Amino acid sequence: MAKFFAITLIVIAILSAIPILLHTWVAPEDISTHGALIDEQMSETMAEAGISFLAAQFVLAFFVWKFANPAPDAKIRKFPGGAKGLVIAAFLVVGIEVLALGIFGVKAWANVYLTPPSPGAMPIQVQAGQFAFYFRYPGPDGTFGPLHPELINESTQNFFGLDLDHDQDSKDDIVTAEMAIPVNKEIHLLMHSKDLGHSFYVRELRVQQDFVPGLDVSVHFTATKVGKYEIVCTQLCGLGHYNMKAYLEVMSQQDFDDWLKKEAALQ
Amino acid sequence: MHDVAAHAAHHAPTSFIRKHVFSLDHKVIGKQYYGLALIAAYVGMALSWMMRIHLAWTNAAIPGLQLLSKNGAPGGVITPEYYLQLMTMHGTIMVFFVLTTAPFAAFGNFFLPIQVGAEDMPFPRFNMMSFWVTFSAFVVLIASFFVTDGPTLGGWTQYAPLNAVGSISGPGQGTGVVLWMASIGLFCVGQLLGSLNFITTTLDLRVKGMSLMRLPLSAWAWFITSCMGLTAFAVLMPACILAILDHVAGTSFFVPSGLVVSDQLVPHSGGSTLLWQHLFWFFGHPEVYIAIVPGIGIVSHILITNMRRPMLSHRVLIYSMGALAVLSYMVYGHHMFVSGMNPFSSLVFSFPTLVITIPSTIVVLMWTFSLYGSKLRINSASLFALGFISMFVSGGVSGFFLAQPSIDIMLHATYFVVGHFHLVMGVAAMFGIFGGTYFWFPKMVGRMMNETLGKVHFWFSFVGAYCIFMPFHYLGMAGNVRRYSSFVDDYLQPLIPVHQFITVAALVTGAAQLVFLYNLIHSRFYGAPAPDNPWQATSLEWSTATPPPFDNFGGKHPVVYHDPYQYGVQSSVGDYVMQASPEQVKTEDEEK
Repeated sequence: MAKFFAITLIVIAILSAIPILLHTWVAPEDISTHGALIDEQMSETMAEAGISFLAAQFVLAFFVWKFANPAPDAKIRKFPGGAKGLVIAAFLVVGIEVLALGIFGVKAWANVYLTPPSPGAMPIQVQAGQFAFYFRYPGPDGTFGPLHPELINESTQNFFGLDLDHDQDSKDDIVTAEMAIPVNKEIHLLMHSKDLGHSFYVRELRVQQDFVPGLDVSVHFTATKVGKYEIVCTQLCGLGHYNMKAYLEVMSQQDFDDWLKKEAALQ
Repeated sequence: MHDVAAHAAHHAPTSFIRKHVFSLDHKVIGKQYYGLALIAAYVGMALSWMMRIHLAWTNAAIPGLQLLSKNGAPGGVITPEYYLQLMTMHGTIMVFFVLTTAPFAAFGNFFLPIQVGAEDMPFPRFNMMSFWVTFSAFVVLIASFFVTDGPTLGGWTQYAPLNAVGSISGPGQGTGVVLWMASIGLFCVGQLLGSLNFITTTLDLRVKGMSLMRLPLSAWAWFITSCMGLTAFAVLMPACILAILDHVAGTSFFVPSGLVVSDQLVPHSGGSTLLWQHLFWFFGHPEVYIAIVPGIGIVSHILITNMRRPMLSHRVLIYSMGALAVLSYMVYGHHMFVSGMNPFSSLVFSFPTLVITIPSTIVVLMWTFSLYGSKLRINSASLFALGFISMFVSGGVSGFFLAQPSIDIMLHATYFVVGHFHLVMGVAAMFGIFGGTYFWFPKMVGRMMNETLGKVHFWFSFVGAYCIFMPFHYLGMAGNVRRYSSFVDDYLQPLIPVHQFITVAALVTGAAQLVFLYNLIHSRFYGAPAPDNPWQATSLEWSTATPPPFDNFGGKHPVVYHDPYQYGVQSSVGDYVMQASPEQVKTEDEEK
């Protein structure tokens, strides 16, 4: 039974590693300027975690194979290094490992969260609500009009609660149900929740950020590849959560300008 | 130390109610907790089966489910909202009523007083209350299945403001949430009373000779867990009360102004949604260790007995469990990396999260390298203990990823997280419970369990759990978001076959748990009578009768002469010396 346990364990460990080694299910190609660092961090962590996983399972399997059900007169023996050696090894090996991951990881995180967007970044507001995203572009004046929650009305398509009669800044705002951005242009995404907690997740962009009701948060990123990608909600927000999504279209500057003009005409 | 005369012995009750229902006896209370956890575990498992079927075959009708909820499952087909309700109940029941209740409250209640040599806990009435309050909490939670709209759909973490704005935000978000908060608030009271008893039992009721370092590792684990319980549940309880007030008293602890839900302006202002997350996770992360540290202690206890040797270091294991407990409060922010809290805090929370790997690694190294040169016996209990190590490693290494905010950007709220916590705190803790059951069942009821069935149960559970939870990690890496009732997104469609594989694995593994249930019930009545010390073990629970008498040691008070694990020696009884035996033997590596 002990040998069977050891073999099973080794088979499970190897089978678990195969989809990773073969890259069977992985994140899609990165289309952001900051994503390479995250992907690199992920690969390094995978190497360290993978080696730890395989080593621990193999040693466990080997010891169970070797030491289970020994002859009745077998003597108990102590691992030569003793506890002290193992504790020192854990501190040194794991300590250095986590320190390295921690320190290198700071850079990947700081790229997204601890550096402000550049002054020329293009502001777009995204509003999340049960169970849709809406996007707002500031229009020619470059300024977003203020929000009036009491004016939100789905039936008149006033998704943001804009007061077009009184607020000058709101008049040229462009509200859309899809998000389009120009390629290679930094975007400063201003995130606002209408009702509950939601999240903005685009796998290809390596961006995930929660919406915090009552608190406007922002992220910034630059997309490097033209294409159509899915934006999904990752924060449980109610019965339609699984179906809360929108599309992100990354376009050439020319296509984007045309698209924005078309959307402005529809307002 | 325990002064026998000062602790007024209570006499064995004679009435049925006092003996079996409102019992003051810690052993009966321990069994009651075990029974509650057992019922909760099978309810939780049944819920997971329904969820898994729905995820793999969204339009499949589950026969009879419409009887539980006409609106939630018309014709037996689960609606998206009912999926979330089942999911919430699955998580809540498993985390609170199984993973906290069984390894800590059930085994701890039964064995902690015996392992320290006490007659009972110092506050037997509090102990009785702790069980019945916990039981009421379970009844309140289950009651939410039967109210209009059913239970809450907000997940076991019950994030604000979904947990506070009422039924306009969705089915179950009115009465369902209030019942959830009431249930968990009550649960906290039960655990606080229990923790108080565990701490005082360990500190005050140890018999002569039982120094702290002579406590078995299981007793240390329960002691450390009760210290965590006392501080963590004390934070969750007020959080639940505040959330109830947001519902019934019009307060705004967790709801900011200006929210428009279902076209209605919510009449709240001034609250903070992040406040809930901080309070919840300040409890929630220690809770992970409340679930797993008793397992670490139980598995160590079982392994030592079956390896016929002490661990390489008793102290190092105790200090490591202590370090896990202390660090568990400092890492909670890793649940909130992308929550919108200050991004600098994420880095601060990231470091202790990475550092917690060190004591975890030390624990695994102690277990594994203690196997070296041992005389390992293979039985159901030791197999589950070995399985625990494997699961603890597998679930633990994924922590490397989630401890880093930059990687969390990709993996947060995906199945990677679900795979991680199911392996490390779900399956591992369950293996601790199973190991503990096979090991202690003879002492608890006086009969042996069937070993063959135990091994069948192990193999299906071990292989099955890997088949279920390893693919979760791959799904997460591909960006599969959790808490979706079905996968309509373009990129998720190709992943559905993986979900179907997982569902089949879950159904088979779940069915194997019925073997355990049969073994448990059958052995209770027809198992071979158990001797007092069937495993030739050393700690005090094995020096008393099987099952132990009302006052644990039959009117005597044991005196402890040895460290807890004197194995691999030559004594008059074999290769071990019991803690309560005055016999002196030569040991090679007795720790000073």
